[in-house]
Amino acid sequence: MLSYILKRIAGTLPTLFIIITIAFFMIRLAPGGPFDSEREVPPEIAENLERVYHLNDPLWQQYGYYLLNVLKGDFGPSFKYQDYSVSELIAQGFPVSIQLGLLAIILALVIGVTLGSIAALRQNKTVDYLVMTLAMTGITIPNFVMAPILVLVFAVFLGWLPAGGWGDLKHMVLPVIALSLPQIAMVARMTRASLIETMNAPYIKTAKAKGLPPRLILLRHASRATMLPIISWLGPASAAIITGSVVVEQIFGLPGIGRHFVNGALNRDYTLVMGVVIFYGVIIILMNLLVDLLYAWLDPRIRY
Amino acid sequence: MESTTFDKGYSPGQQAWRRLLQNKAALYSMVILALIVFVCLFLVSISPWQLDDVDWDNIGTAPSFIGQHYFGTDANGRDLFVRTLQGGRISLMVGLLATAVSFIIGILYGAVAGYTGGKTDALMMRFVDILYALPFMFFVILLTVYFGRSIWLIFIAIGAVEWLTMARIVRGQSLALKRRSFVEAARVTGASHFNIIKRHIIPNTLGPVIVYATLTVPQVILFESFLSFLGLGVQEPMTSWGVLIAEGASQMESAPWMLLFPAGFLVVTLFCLNFIGDGLRDALDPKDR
Repeated sequence: MLSYILKRIAGTLPTLFIIITIAFFMIRLAPGGPFDSEREVPPEIAENLERVYHLNDPLWQQYGYYLLNVLKGDFGPSFKYQDYSVSELIAQGFPVSIQLGLLAIILALVIGVTLGSIAALRQNKTVDYLVMTLAMTGITIPNFVMAPILVLVFAVFLGWLPAGGWGDLKHMVLPVIALSLPQIAMVARMTRASLIETMNAPYIKTAKAKGLPPRLILLRHASRATMLPIISWLGPASAAIITGSVVVEQIFGLPGIGRHFVNGALNRDYTLVMGVVIFYGVIIILMNLLVDLLYAWLDPRIRY
Repeated sequence: MESTTFDKGYSPGQQAWRRLLQNKAALYSMVILALIVFVCLFLVSISPWQLDDVDWDNIGTAPSFIGQHYFGTDANGRDLFVRTLQGGRISLMVGLLATAVSFIIGILYGAVAGYTGGKTDALMMRFVDILYALPFMFFVILLTVYFGRSIWLIFIAIGAVEWLTMARIVRGQSLALKRRSFVEAARVTGASHFNIIKRHIIPNTLGPVIVYATLTVPQVILFESFLSFLGLGVQEPMTSWGVLIAEGASQMESAPWMLLFPAGFLVVTLFCLNFIGDGLRDALDPKDR
C-alpha cells in the first residue's frame, strides 16, 4: 500500500511541473507581460519584479528562480495591488472559497445520494422519472444562469435572502445552492445507475436469498460498491466546483479566490492570474490523488 | 423493437435512424433545435433594428410589439431580439467549429496511437493523461488574458481541450480494430499504413465518436458562454448568449427580460443537444437498452 501511495504521489509531480512550466513560458510570451521591458510600470512594482524575477539574468536562471519561488509558495507581487503579494491575496480569499466548495460538495453528496437511491429503489416508477428529469435539468442549466435566477426569485421577488455579500449563514445559502445543484444532479444520476447495477450483482442476490432484511442489504452490502463511482466523481467534481465558484463568487460578490481571479484576468494582473491558476491546479491534482488513494483503499479488487 | 424491422432488411444505419426517431425526447429535441437554428439564421431581418442600433426612445423597455422590440431593449437601447439571435449564431458557430476541431485532432491522434501501438502508443497516451490532469479552463483564461480576446483563440483553445476524450475513444477502438482480419487482409494486399488508417480504421470508429461529438457541442457552447459571461470571451460589437446573460444578470432587478430571453435560448439549446446525444447513443449502441 505504501509503495502504491508513493508511486501515485510521484506520478503527480510531472503534472505539477508542467503546469508551472507552461504558466512561466506563457507569461514570457505575453505581449506587455511582466517580463516585457517595454512595458511601463510604477517604479515600486518594477523594483519588486526585478527583485523576484532577476530579470537581468539569463532565461534558464529566471525559470529556476521562478520554480524555486513557487515551490516556496511565493507567487510574486501583484501587478495591480501594490501593497499585496499574490500569496497574500490568495490567502485572503481562501477561507471564503473553501467554505463554499466544501459545503457544496457535502450538500451534493447528501442530497444526490439520497435522491439517486430513492430513484434506483423505485426504478421506472413515477418518483424515478421525476428525480431523473430534475437531474437532467440540474445538469443542463449552467451555474451562471441558475445563480441570477435564484437571486431574482429568492432575493428580489421574495426577499427572503440577501442577493450578495459575505458575513453570516444567510449569505451562504444561495451561493452554495447555485454551486451544488449541477453536482447534486450528477451524483443522483451516478448513484441511481450504480445502485441498480449493484443490486443485480450475485452477492446481493445471495444476501437476499439468505433472507436478510432489505435495509441491512442496502446499508451493509450494497453501499460500498455503490459509493465507488461517487468517490471517483470527487476528482472532476472538485474541478467543476472550483470553476463554478469563479462564476458564483462573481455574481454574489463574494471575496473569494475566484473573484480575484476574474478581476485579475480583466485587469491583466498577470502574476495574480498565474498564481491562482497554479494554486487551483495544485488543489485539483491533490483531490485526484486523494480520490485514487480512497478508491484503492475501498476497492479490494484494485491491485497496488 | 419489433422483429419485422429486420425482416425487410435495413442497413445498420437505417435501423439506428429508426431507433432515434422512436425516441420521443430526441425527436422533439431535433425539431426544436432545427427551429432555433432557423430562427437564429433567418429571422433577424424581420426586426427593423440592427445589432448595434440604439433606440433612444426605448432604453431598457420591456418586450412589446408596438416599438417592434419583441424581446425588449437593453440598458443601451439596443434591440434584444436581434441581439439574442445574433448571439445565438455566434454561440452555435463556436459550438460546431470547436467540436469539429476537436473531432479532427482527436480522431487522427487516437487512430495513429492505437494503430501504431507499442511504445509510441504508450508515450502518446501518457501525454494525453498528463494534459487531462491540467486545469484547462484556467489555461484558456490565461491565454485570453495574455494574447487578447479573439473569437479564433476561443475556437482553437476549446477545440484543443476537447480532443482528449475523443482521442481516447478512437485509440481504444483502433486497438481492437487493427487485429481484425479485414485490416490484415488490407495489409497483405500491400495497402500503406496511411491508407489503412484512412480507409479502414477511422471509418469504423465513427459511431461512438459521433455520439461523443454530439455531446461535445453543448459542452463547448457552455464553455464559450462561461468565458463570455466572465467578460473573457466574445467582445463587442459581437455578442453571444454568454455575453447577453452576463449583461442580463447585472440588470435583472430592473429588466429581467434581459436575462430571461438569452438564458431561455441557451438552456433550451443545451437541453435539445443533450437529449439528441443521449438518443444517438441509445440508437447506435442497442445493447445498452
